[in-house]
Amino acid sequence: MSMNWKNIGLFVTFFVLVLVVGYTQSWNTALVIFNMGLISAILSLGVNLQWGYAGLFNIGVMGFVALGGLAAVLVAMPPTMEAVNAGGLRILIGLAMGALTIVGTIQMRKRMAPGRARAIATVVVLVVGFFIYRAIFDPGVAAVEAVNPASTGYLGGLGLPVLLSWPVGGLLAAAAAWVIGKTALGLRSDYLAIATLGIAEIIVAVMKNEDWLDRGVKNVIGIPRPAPLIPYEVDLQNSQSFVDSATSLGLDPVIASTLYVKLGYSILFAIVLIVILLLAQLALKSPWGRMMRAIRDNETAAEAMGKDVTARHLQIFVLGSAICGIAGAMMATLDGQLIASSYQPLRFTFLIWVMVIVGGSGNNWGAVLGGFLIWFLWVEVEPIGTQLMNFITSPMADGYWLKEHLLKSVAHMRLLTMGLILLLVLRFSPRGLIPEK
Amino acid sequence: MDLLNAIVALSNFVLIPAIAYGSQLALGALGVTLIYGILRFSNFAHGDTMAFGAMVTILFTWWFQSMGIHLGPLPTALLALPFGIAATMLLLLGTDRLVYRFYREKKAAPVILVIVSMGVMFIMNGLVRFIIGPEDQKFADGARFIIKAREFKAWSGLSEGLAFKTSQAITIVTAVVVVALLFWFLNKTRTGKSMRAFSDNEDLALLSGINPEKVVTYTWLIVAALATIAGVLYGLDKSFKPFTYFQLLLPIFASAIVGGLGNPLGAIAGGFVIAFSEVTITYAWRKVLLYLLPDNLEPSGLVQLLSTDYKFAVSFAILIIVLLFKPTGLFKGKSI
Repeated sequence: MSMNWKNIGLFVTFFVLVLVVGYTQSWNTALVIFNMGLISAILSLGVNLQWGYAGLFNIGVMGFVALGGLAAVLVAMPPTMEAVNAGGLRILIGLAMGALTIVGTIQMRKRMAPGRARAIATVVVLVVGFFIYRAIFDPGVAAVEAVNPASTGYLGGLGLPVLLSWPVGGLLAAAAAWVIGKTALGLRSDYLAIATLGIAEIIVAVMKNEDWLDRGVKNVIGIPRPAPLIPYEVDLQNSQSFVDSATSLGLDPVIASTLYVKLGYSILFAIVLIVILLLAQLALKSPWGRMMRAIRDNETAAEAMGKDVTARHLQIFVLGSAICGIAGAMMATLDGQLIASSYQPLRFTFLIWVMVIVGGSGNNWGAVLGGFLIWFLWVEVEPIGTQLMNFITSPMADGYWLKEHLLKSVAHMRLLTMGLILLLVLRFSPRGLIPEK
Repeated sequence: MDLLNAIVALSNFVLIPAIAYGSQLALGALGVTLIYGILRFSNFAHGDTMAFGAMVTILFTWWFQSMGIHLGPLPTALLALPFGIAATMLLLLGTDRLVYRFYREKKAAPVILVIVSMGVMFIMNGLVRFIIGPEDQKFADGARFIIKAREFKAWSGLSEGLAFKTSQAITIVTAVVVVALLFWFLNKTRTGKSMRAFSDNEDLALLSGINPEKVVTYTWLIVAALATIAGVLYGLDKSFKPFTYFQLLLPIFASAIVGGLGNPLGAIAGGFVIAFSEVTITYAWRKVLLYLLPDNLEPSGLVQLLSTDYKFAVSFAILIIVLLFKPTGLFKGKSI
């Protein structure tokens, strides 16, 4: 992008806003907002890849983010050996059986001629496969979940460094996206939307209910940190050299340790964001990027030029979803826990869309800026709204029902504000803050 | 006797709930499909429109209840329903004027309208949560059951009870009346015919002097009524919670697509297909099988194909199957 002053000013605005929060509220809050802003920017880049480059309407972002979070658990948590011994093998064989049934059905349908025989064979194979799968799978699950359910009751992970889960999260999301893309791409655009909406709900439902996988709604806590890059606060406070340097800077060692950890995450996330942004920019400027935009702007013409539209769409859909998966794994690493019930579509899908549209679809810098600004707004709308409501209701008598109701409902101002921003931007500045060139 | 017991158990746990749920889905899907046919976009705000209509109805119901107005055995909500419909009509016409009309005049791409409807969804969702809060609300009153399980047992002498909730009866009766009215309107009245003509071929309809704004206005009015009725019936039958209504989007869209987007008859069929599959696949069949199978074949488990937490997976799976094998839906829908 041509780095003109307006765009630089927009980015500076965000950093100034964060600084204001740092001075007026606390530096801890400022860094929390900044770190999630970085992750939001990555998510928004992923969606921009799909929507801005290719015009694909994916409203299942939540599902891919959740898969990333799952990857963090599967990679970084220590394995529960007892549970693995009790039913791990059974579960694996069961899952393999299920996959085999589906692959077998597809292969069989390819070989047989269409007709009644094929339809009957399909149903028979699927039903028989399903019952065999359940027969192998269910006892394994029961055995695993019986192992110390209060603290584990799941298979655990591989006990590998958590940083490894970031690419793994990307791979998991890519695999899910491939399956969805295979079925729904090439049909009308709304169908992809519904299909992604559905798969996201299902991924989260699986994560909430399959206790053997990630403890379901009992949550996985204590995902290890990417040590030694990010140390634990307690260790820092116990290290004499850290305490000394903190006091020499005039900081309380406890506060200094939390800031140190959060800054470490900021640097880590910023590196990932810069790498992805760089790759996305290179891709946009390459012949591949031009082809993508050509397809987006006129599918028929691109097809006439010999481009395989559906295959290209599948490619970019998988790539964009993989980025969302990476961001999801980063988020779980930052939180140090996986809370399956925290994955809400309004927060993890639709908010990202607001970021992309407001920032400027088709422009990577715009997507990053949208991620920063909208995330800031999402966090700060509540305190601002509370103050506003306090002001509005100040002439009302204490205990008056309307006053209490208004003050209680402030939390829901967020959705209203976001909807309003989205509609206003779409109406009056449909190309966003930093438009595509 | 065993066969009778099996039939009663089946009706009690599968048939009646599925028919009631199917009617609710069908009413919701009719709204989606009408908007798709006339305004040519998938309206993601539909679930939250239903929530808004139900919310207004609930507020009026509470007001009536506080004044001591009741409908006897019927829920007071039926009395409040017209007010809910009127409020939703105002809301939808207002949104159309303020939001959608601009894009219609610009002839924006359908996908832009879908994103716009996403913004509307946010606002409606926020509005509903702001006014009534995100919690569960109960507003059903009147007689709870038409047939009570225990009375049925005493009357028939069977060991299985049959319960028929008032809300289920109201749902089914209302759905039949509403659908009949809708089809009469679409097929017999001048406005209805102009709506269908507009949906079939916009240019031809415009050439024959049909006023598009009038058609659009009527569509929103009908959709408001359908959405409110569907929302209130669902709330009476289960309970009212804003987030559940948002989640209903998936089965409703699945119903509309399975039936063929833009085809009202398909929407109804789709609603029942989705509802019956959801209920039968997540129902534990043990009870029915115990009556039907000989003793030595008794099932050991619950014979539940999928846990109820995965009911969304069922509508989704059916949707995918239909998309793979018959992308225009069971009844011929539009495929733009």
